[in-house]
Amino acid sequence: MSPLYLVLWLPLAGGLVLALVPNYRIAGYINVAIAASTFGSSVWLAWNVLGTGPELSPGKLFYIDAFNVYLVALTAFVGLTTAIFSRPYMQHEVERGRVGPPRMRLYHSMYQGFLFAMLLALTTNNMGVLWVAMEAATLTTVLLVSLYRTPESVEAAWKYFILCGVGIAQALFGTVLLYFAAERRLGAERNDTLLWSVLHNHAAQLDPAVLAIAFVFLLVGYGTKVGLVPLHNWLPDAHSEGPTPMSAVLSGLLLNVALYALVRVKMLVDGSLHTALAGHLMMGFGLLSFLVASLFLHRQHDIKRMYSYSSIEHMGLMTFAFGIGGALATFAALLHMTVHSLTKSSIFVTVGHASQLAGTQRIEHIRGLIRTQPQVGWGLLIGTLAIAGFPPFGVFMSEFLVLNATMKSWPWLTVPLLVGLAIAFAGLFRHLQPMVYGTPPPGQTRVRANMLPVAIHLALVLWLGLSIPLFLSHWFEQATSLISGSLPL
Amino acid sequence: MHLTDLSLFSQGILVSAALVLFTSFVMLAQARIQPLIYAFAWQGALLSITTALVALVSGHTHLYISALLTFGLKALLIPWMLYRLTRRLHIQYDVEIVAHPSLTLLAGTVLVVFCYYVALPIAQLSTLVTRNTIAVSMATVLLGMLLMISRRTAVAQVIGFMSIENGLFFAAVASTYGMPMIVELGVAFDVLVAAVLFGVFFFQIRTSIDSLDVDRLNRLSERGE
Repeated sequence: MSPLYLVLWLPLAGGLVLALVPNYRIAGYINVAIAASTFGSSVWLAWNVLGTGPELSPGKLFYIDAFNVYLVALTAFVGLTTAIFSRPYMQHEVERGRVGPPRMRLYHSMYQGFLFAMLLALTTNNMGVLWVAMEAATLTTVLLVSLYRTPESVEAAWKYFILCGVGIAQALFGTVLLYFAAERRLGAERNDTLLWSVLHNHAAQLDPAVLAIAFVFLLVGYGTKVGLVPLHNWLPDAHSEGPTPMSAVLSGLLLNVALYALVRVKMLVDGSLHTALAGHLMMGFGLLSFLVASLFLHRQHDIKRMYSYSSIEHMGLMTFAFGIGGALATFAALLHMTVHSLTKSSIFVTVGHASQLAGTQRIEHIRGLIRTQPQVGWGLLIGTLAIAGFPPFGVFMSEFLVLNATMKSWPWLTVPLLVGLAIAFAGLFRHLQPMVYGTPPPGQTRVRANMLPVAIHLALVLWLGLSIPLFLSHWFEQATSLISGSLPL
Repeated sequence: MHLTDLSLFSQGILVSAALVLFTSFVMLAQARIQPLIYAFAWQGALLSITTALVALVSGHTHLYISALLTFGLKALLIPWMLYRLTRRLHIQYDVEIVAHPSLTLLAGTVLVVFCYYVALPIAQLSTLVTRNTIAVSMATVLLGMLLMISRRTAVAQVIGFMSIENGLFFAAVASTYGMPMIVELGVAFDVLVAAVLFGVFFFQIRTSIDSLDVDRLNRLSERGE
């Protein structure tokens, strides 16, 4: 189990060490180094699990199976590429005078702290610790959202703090109810009744009435963090006002992990209820988020806000797909989680460069990216094509599978899905077109841009769209059979 | 079941639970900042007394630790931090204009009745001595939310937030004699960090809008300027 402990200890120790490094340039390199070694150990961990199957740590506190191990690897990977992007980007922000070196210390320390919270939430076996880690993820990022100390960013951070805090409080109540149901059936003497592995083994014995109430609370709680409408208000603010690397990890990772928590809970509730209540609730919230967010895409004036609404839209689609259940839909949702977080984080990286180049985040002032700096312009264009679901990118693949699954079990729901996809496409492109192709304002100059992370992410998304490598599809299949109880295709 | 059938300590649990709920109403009605903090501290103290009584009746010794933790954190440390912050920001004597105070209290009463209704199936399943307080703990959570909704100053909202946490802790004690220790420690740590961060935010909000009236945080929206 040593790679597991490395995966957790490295970012935790990194967060502490970086709090002590006063030089932000050196800290940037240390940040990348720690993220790289975390990614290395996560690959090692994934390799182990791929060979030997699910692992329970000796203290039963951690549980690794196919479902969470690939998310661990994905989280560590996006954490690494964003750290690579963040080093020169944040250096540029310091040079522009938007943040001072002391706050960069906070930034680097909290970056690792956030990664630790995410990885803890993914690997823990204890539903209570899962909650603690989700709350810790809010706490580590809230000061980063207000890093620039502008009135807007302080407002965004306050909203994020209060809404997510109150929202996730509901999840704690749901967790208490889960514990209550388990204790009644399994006896109060056992002290392991909040462990997911125990709950899952005995799910059929748990009281359905209590679990139904618990699920509603957990859905509202973790759903707030997923950004489901109508609990999404914090998301566009927090994503648009924080520093860009933060937007990339919030959008690419935090939302995934919150959805992961929700799916874990759904697995328990399904085992107890034997009805589709949980699935139907998730489908309803998912579809609502998907449609509302795609309409809101049209009304945006801030480029980062626009892409955060696109995140809500995609999270809605994933929640919907997990709600349908069944092997095909679950497979599609897992694939979509991967490609969305790769694509969205690469888009935010590009958007960061674009807004540094234009000196603003207002869409109407960002013009002619391709002419001023082709790699940024093309990066944004290709990234947006990928996220809008164009073939041959991976997002097309997963959306196609979701539509397929919908067609099989809920034929009439394909209509709102297709309409929503079209609306979202139009919403993205009406803003994108002038930003990429328009005539650049006089005096617009290039910025130092590191497009390597973007290129790697988009290449991976393209690869996933053309052919899913064998080990990955093996993972997805294992995870799918774990969640839905049957194999896809 | 008659109230007098219960043992003296079990009756004590019910009385102190009722007092916790009472402090929630006191907070709803209290417009001045400093007494609001005192009321919050009293809620924490009463909660830890309730927990200690539950520990005594049920024989779960780990609940004594939870009671001690709650007392230290919710009755002493966080109120003291808030008190110091309000003094440093010179707002300790501020009076907030509460819109529709009597209506808010009435709404609070309705929430309590609603909680008894929702908690009925859970309470019927339970066999613990604390089953009658599950509804009270739920009401504490919802009254905390009502406090956050009805107030406009950041300090009152934070107290509402912390009072929700109180309610959640109470719910865990009432329905399952507390969560496992590792979870309880983790939650306590999160609450402590949250309290420190709230303090930081008071200063950030004050410097950015020159007041702690969070209603004036309204710059971010979909409209283009």
